Amino acid sequence: MIHFVLLISRQGKVRLTKWYSPYSQKERSKVIRELSGTILSRGPKLCNFVEWRGLKVVYKRYASLYFCMCINQEDNELEILEIIHHYVEILDRYFGSVCELDLIFNFHKAYYILDEVLIAGELQESSKKTVARLVATQDSLVEAAKEEANSISNIIAQATK
Amino acid sequence: MLLLTLLLRSVGFYFFTSSIQNPESNNSYTAKLEQLKTIGRELAMGSQGGFGQSKEFLDLVKSIGEARSKSEEDRIVLHEIETLKRRINEPDIPKRKMKEYIIRLVYIEMLGHDASFGYIHAVKMTHDDSLLLKRTGYLAVTLFLNEDHDLIILIVNTIQKDLKSDNFLVVCAALNACCKLINEETIPAVIQQVVELLGHQKEAVRKKAVMALHSFHQRSPSSVNHLISNFRKKLSDNDPGVMGATLCPLYDLIAIDVNPYKDLVASFVNILKQVAERRLPKSYDYHQTPAPFIQIKLLKIMALLGSGDKKSSEQMYTVIGDIMRKSDTASNIGNAILFECVCCISSIQPSPKLLETAADAIAKFLKSDSHNLKYMGIDALGRLIRINPDIAEQHQLAVIDCLEDPDDTLKRKTFELLYKMTKSSNVEVIVDRMIDYMISINDSHYKTETASRCVELAEQFAPSNHWFIQTMNKVFQHAGDLVNPKVAHNLMRLIAEGFGEDDDAADSQLRSSAVESYLKIVDDPKLPSAFLQVICWVLGEYGTADGKYSASYISGKLCDVAEAHSSDDIIRAYAVTALMKVYCFEKSAGRKTSLLPECQLLLEELSASHSSDLQQRAYEFRAILDLDANAVENIMPLDASCEDIEIDKSLSFLDNYVHKSLEQGAEPYIPENERSGTLNISNIINRNPYEHPAHSLRFEAYEVPKLVVPTKLSPAVTYPTELVPVPEPSYQPTVSSGPVSDAGSGSGSTELRLRLDGVQKKWGKPAYSSAASSSTSNIDSQRTTVNGATQPDNVTSKSREPRQPHVEVSEEKQKLAASLFGGRTARPERKQSGSAAGHSKVSRTTNHGEDKAQPTTVTTAVQPPPPDLLDLGESSGAASSYSSTVDPFKQLEGLLDLSQDGHAVTTTTGPDLMSLYSGASTNGQNQNQNLNPLLNEKDNMNGAPNPSNRTASLTKGPSLKDALDKDALVRQMGVNPTSQNPNLFSDLLG
Repeated sequence: MIHFVLLISRQGKVRLTKWYSPYSQKERSKVIRELSGTILSRGPKLCNFVEWRGLKVVYKRYASLYFCMCINQEDNELEILEIIHHYVEILDRYFGSVCELDLIFNFHKAYYILDEVLIAGELQESSKKTVARLVATQDSLVEAAKEEANSISNIIAQATK
Repeated sequence: MLLLTLLLRSVGFYFFTSSIQNPESNNSYTAKLEQLKTIGRELAMGSQGGFGQSKEFLDLVKSIGEARSKSEEDRIVLHEIETLKRRINEPDIPKRKMKEYIIRLVYIEMLGHDASFGYIHAVKMTHDDSLLLKRTGYLAVTLFLNEDHDLIILIVNTIQKDLKSDNFLVVCAALNACCKLINEETIPAVIQQVVELLGHQKEAVRKKAVMALHSFHQRSPSSVNHLISNFRKKLSDNDPGVMGATLCPLYDLIAIDVNPYKDLVASFVNILKQVAERRLPKSYDYHQTPAPFIQIKLLKIMALLGSGDKKSSEQMYTVIGDIMRKSDTASNIGNAILFECVCCISSIQPSPKLLETAADAIAKFLKSDSHNLKYMGIDALGRLIRINPDIAEQHQLAVIDCLEDPDDTLKRKTFELLYKMTKSSNVEVIVDRMIDYMISINDSHYKTETASRCVELAEQFAPSNHWFIQTMNKVFQHAGDLVNPKVAHNLMRLIAEGFGEDDDAADSQLRSSAVESYLKIVDDPKLPSAFLQVICWVLGEYGTADGKYSASYISGKLCDVAEAHSSDDIIRAYAVTALMKVYCFEKSAGRKTSLLPECQLLLEELSASHSSDLQQRAYEFRAILDLDANAVENIMPLDASCEDIEIDKSLSFLDNYVHKSLEQGAEPYIPENERSGTLNISNIINRNPYEHPAHSLRFEAYEVPKLVVPTKLSPAVTYPTELVPVPEPSYQPTVSSGPVSDAGSGSGSTELRLRLDGVQKKWGKPAYSSAASSSTSNIDSQRTTVNGATQPDNVTSKSREPRQPHVEVSEEKQKLAASLFGGRTARPERKQSGSAAGHSKVSRTTNHGEDKAQPTTVTTAVQPPPPDLLDLGESSGAASSYSSTVDPFKQLEGLLDLSQDGHAVTTTTGPDLMSLYSGASTNGQNQNQNLNPLLNEKDNMNGAPNPSNRTASLTKGPSLKDALDKDALVRQMGVNPTSQNPNLFSDLLG
């Protein structure tokens, strides 16, 4: 089971956190501080796993962003690495060449997508296509709702003011 | 596609503003205006589709992005919290605005600050009718609230309603929330609906329903026990996603008790076979591997099912062999499957052929350059040596390399392996290494673990007393405060009892070597408390036992300890008691005794101590000083720490006294729980007739209250104003109808009274609890016979030729290897606890239900047909974009350099932006497809200069165009790419 998912930038800034096991706000900050210290200081050639408080943290670096997942002792680390990659690929499809900036400004979308990939700390869908389809359906509904709410001329008027 | 339009937008934006500033200079103003409108529309779309938040929020995100220190970031967030606190409580906030506030709250919370002031607004948002807002609300509450939060009770009703919704997206959102928010107490409120959703026509809903039930099972197994058959049924769902999700709960259930699921072995094997043969739709392929995540889950389940079960294991051999043969060792995912196969092989009944394949796989892992694979190899080796300890020998040099690797994780894993393969011939080398490592690390968690492992190994395999004591000293000196206090007590017991052999000479030798070594180090000022306690105790008990040291010398040392640690009451207590013992032993031995002056001083000081414990000890000591030798010997017999002290719990020695008192008229003693007035609380709880844990909250809606007109009333009767018949809002016919008819027939007159009898029962026990009790018995009956705990026998495999070490391997390493791996002799000496640890998995799975093992086999109630995956439908043909032939991981390795290159290009080509896209306005209509960016493959990029980048979405490098796109977009938002963090702009996937 995955206990939490963390996205940390190389500067140690938090980009996304999702907690599947109960942690209090205080514990969360502590976990993030501890882990970002350990993970960011690791060299590039070392293995992508860190043993931590009897659990294991699997991390992978994409550009300047670290994706970390915390798992149980008996879980398969290589599999988790691929789950991370699976998630990144889906993000990439969604945002189109996803970069850190996409996640910074659209963290809520990253959450929605994560919710379709992982649920209750388990991988729920291993087909990228299925995830993409679901997220797209949700988005199309959202867009429809938005178009109703906004008249375009309004915006033009505002812009030309 | 999306990117192109994004870029268009940004170009449009610059153009737009410049033309507004001087409209006169524009010749065809109206024509431009038309164009502007198109661009404006794009802008509007862009501001929603891309970064759909207000300027304010973007500014917040930006300023936090630019914050140079944590304190600056905190300051910004605190300011934002103030703003939000004020704003969010304003009346009549438009919903869109509110949605943004909620997202801002999520952001604050994500950064580690407290946003609890806004939780209630997030909860309210889940009530909204619009899916958009509802989804935001659910997202926020799942991120904010843990399952024990008070606000959850307010969401349950909404979840109930949403689970019934016609829109499957609403149902999905509600199910997502269920997984996170529904706690043990609220499970009964939704479980029925969730079970019904297992039959929903949308596979996404079915899948989430399965996962929701799984999470319920994790929280409270008893509440789902009667529904377990549903999981079995869902295994044959015709959607592979649902089937894959079902494996999660089944894995958990099988881990708890294997036996009810033995009948599924054939099904699992069958599914795995079909998955491996690529019978699943192509969309489940991952880097050319067929549904690897499902394969791994199935292998995990099979490892549990086959453990210690020859019959089941035999069914698995072929498919595991096939998978191992097919697996692609060049890709990470292939290795993940391979590793899982090895785990499975080491868990099930061993098959010599598979063991050989597994050993080969491990060899490949260990020889790999990748640290990840080495790590997995060490892990796998640790699993396999339980079955075949000889395997380790051929990898000795690889293991030693890992041990000396600079990578800490790998090192730790290797220590774990060494721990597993320790025997009496190599214990000294291993424990010494472990201690050295333990001293070198700071991580307290791992230090503790290593320390306790050292202790365990030393206790099991110690070659000599001297070594044992030395080792323990080292462990305690460096990690004394971290180890479990039990370990310290264990050590004391061990010194007192010896190693269990009835060899008094050896025992006393152990003790005197302990005393000797302790006297040497006792003056060290930095000893941890736990260790000092041991030292004091041992010195007191055995310091003078062998006559080597005089009592006054030992006493002096003990006094020093007490003095040096004047702030630690526990150490002082140990010290003063030890002093007392030394004194007593001297006195009872008939030697001349006199208290040292510093000891006197200490006693005086302690008699006035704030700690009552210390005071008592001091006074006891003083009292003993006045006693004669005979009495002292009775109080403190020599070397009696192992003698059992019998405690007369019934205080029978007081019987005479009690009897006398009673005769003199004293009142007899009444035990506390029999005294009147004090009710035993546990009695009240036990009185609960229902098996169900106290679910006092009801979540189903009350039925619409119907007006009950008393039947025998004549219509003419006028009610007195103050006595109105209470309409019975009967929510449950069994409860309400009884009292009503009773009252009607019983009274038989026009007598009116307040009817309270029925009302009171409204808060009675819910009815759903009965289902659970009946189901548990059902589960019991499903349990088939338990086959005894057959541990996998140690397979004596063909002894392999130990590999000849390479010539260039240093002598030191070889020596180390020889000391670790050589000497096959004493292997079976490993004592019970060691083997128990090694076999923990086996024993866990087989020990279950031994007490319930009934010889009469009950046939399982539910036996679904083996699921057929054949009719899953053929591949949907969309996999072309994944058919990359290049391993993406290889590509990612050079990612850093690439990204920097990409950025350099971005900044230099800035001025070319306009020219690049000046003719691109014709593509404007494409923005409509923006709505659905995922369905349009990226291949649609019309006129993209670099089509090869597009065809394989997984393998593309950082394309110039994308980078330009992003760059322009963020410029538009005012984020300056030349600021401190240029990496933001490189694509994550390279």
